[in-house]
Amino acid sequence: MIGLEHYLVVSAILFVMGVLGIFLNRKNVIIILMAIELILLSVNINLVAFSAYLHDLVGQVFAMFVLTVAAGEAAIGLAILVIYFRNRGTIAVDDVDRLRG
Amino acid sequence: MDYAQNLLITLPELILSIGAIALMMVAAFAGDGSTRTVGWIAVVLLVLAGIAATHAPASLNLPILGFENWGSAFGGLYKADAFSAFSKVLIYGSAAVAIIAGPDFFERRGGRLRAEYPVLILLSSVGMGMMVSASDLLTLYVGLELQSLAGYVLASFMRRDARSAEAGLKYFVLGALASGILLYGITLLYGFTGTTQFDTLATIVGAGPLSTGMLFGLVFALAGIAFKISAVPFHMWTPDVYEGAPTPVTTFFASAPKMAAMGLMIRLAVEAMGPAYESWRQIVIFSALASIVLGAVAAIGQKSIKRLLAYSTINNIGFALIGLAAVQPGRPDGVASVMTYMAIYLVMTVGSFLVVLQMRDSEGNNVETIASLSGLSRNHPGLAAAFAIFMFSLAGVPPLLGFWAKFVVFDAAVKAGLWPLAAIGIAASVISAFYYLMIVKTMYFDEPAPAYHRVESRIEGGLIAATALAVSPLGYFLIPALGLFSTQAAQALF
Repeated sequence: MIGLEHYLVVSAILFVMGVLGIFLNRKNVIIILMAIELILLSVNINLVAFSAYLHDLVGQVFAMFVLTVAAGEAAIGLAILVIYFRNRGTIAVDDVDRLRG
Repeated sequence: MDYAQNLLITLPELILSIGAIALMMVAAFAGDGSTRTVGWIAVVLLVLAGIAATHAPASLNLPILGFENWGSAFGGLYKADAFSAFSKVLIYGSAAVAIIAGPDFFERRGGRLRAEYPVLILLSSVGMGMMVSASDLLTLYVGLELQSLAGYVLASFMRRDARSAEAGLKYFVLGALASGILLYGITLLYGFTGTTQFDTLATIVGAGPLSTGMLFGLVFALAGIAFKISAVPFHMWTPDVYEGAPTPVTTFFASAPKMAAMGLMIRLAVEAMGPAYESWRQIVIFSALASIVLGAVAAIGQKSIKRLLAYSTINNIGFALIGLAAVQPGRPDGVASVMTYMAIYLVMTVGSFLVVLQMRDSEGNNVETIASLSGLSRNHPGLAAAFAIFMFSLAGVPPLLGFWAKFVVFDAAVKAGLWPLAAIGIAASVISAFYYLMIVKTMYFDEPAPAYHRVESRIEGGLIAATALAVSPLGYFLIPALGLFSTQAAQALF
């Protein structure tokens, strides 16, 4: 029988993978965008699992909101990435270093 | 409660969102020539929304707005009260200044400001209004995202400038991470309490000791919001984004979203998690101390005025968090001190950034180095005097209003028995006084650098004068009103 704990563990693993994906990745910014999506999806798994466990619809409504916002966020992220690439000709994470002091 | 009443309670957001959509159409069809018109209409909308938020309609006896428009709306998702009204007035005011300061800056850079700029700030203001009015985790999240998504675009608004694009990219990546962390915390709070409403959360939290799940949820949610107010240890984006973003946008970032996120933090900590104050207090104390010390020490070696003001923001947020740490059940003075502090901080910051906007060489190009301020007092005595007032005030030197802000916060901390925190805060404010006074020294005693371009915009000059007067000793006439409003705002939460 698959219970609430299993969902929470999967979601926690995905969340940690997403966070590590942002911090350990040295290659390119697209991977960071994917890691952000992973975090948001882990949150959705959590919400839906809790919603089913609590027999309460609020969690699923919340998940729909998260999905919608995640779509908008990805669109804006890609747009910013495009203007960044036009200016610099690279999307390698290590090259994002003009601003420091 | 009928539907019309719900709509009336959310009137500020309705004005701004419908206005923003209409202005977006104007911007799309009229093109970039309409930027100034769109900007002024946006300012008028912000003023109207501020009037709607402060409950002025009932006292004005306008026929359409004759009935009560504070209260809880949409099944407890949204709440308009004294706290949200106080915060919204400050937020809308700072947003209006950012809109007014925009066009001149961009035109100086040889381009034209695109007409979407005021619209994005309006949309961000809708989000910020929802943040301070949130009484449910869902409204909290949607408001925060609306504010952030508009903010990401604003940070990278100078599309052809590599620094602006990089600022936008950094802000986006770290902001998205922060909202992911916040969301994860929200799911844990929801799962372990079974509700997303603040008042029900408070009842459940108050009923017994905090479970591990709830504690984790609380820590994650506070971490996500700490990012938005740029409190240590989630401050690392602040100097980069402040430096890279166009200066009017930096003015905006340093003011309105800070107030909104602080309001959100207070709502979550006091309204939803009030009974568990002993659990979040340690986090807030740590964050306050770390922000004050880091903001004071890291600013010393900065060469760019925008980076320096970024560390100054971190430092000031630390002081405001001292007030939050002083919150005790049933005693509103901790929250009231945060509101007073934030109000005075906003005026000082907006004023400082307006001066930074005037910094440009004889050809009109913007300069941002502290060294270029040398001898400003001889070329532009008025500008130098205003900037000196802001710097002394930020440092907390007594005759100026910045001293009162710090005094109120320390007073609340001492009354709550947190005198070690107040003592460290006072010590660190001496360190931070060093770099503020350094700027004053550069302006008044160093050999003059090439003179700046003269101040062209009368409106910006007037705003600088008005903010400088407000934080000067004359500002003490405002203290009774400020104290009254912030106490009323704080009492709405208890």
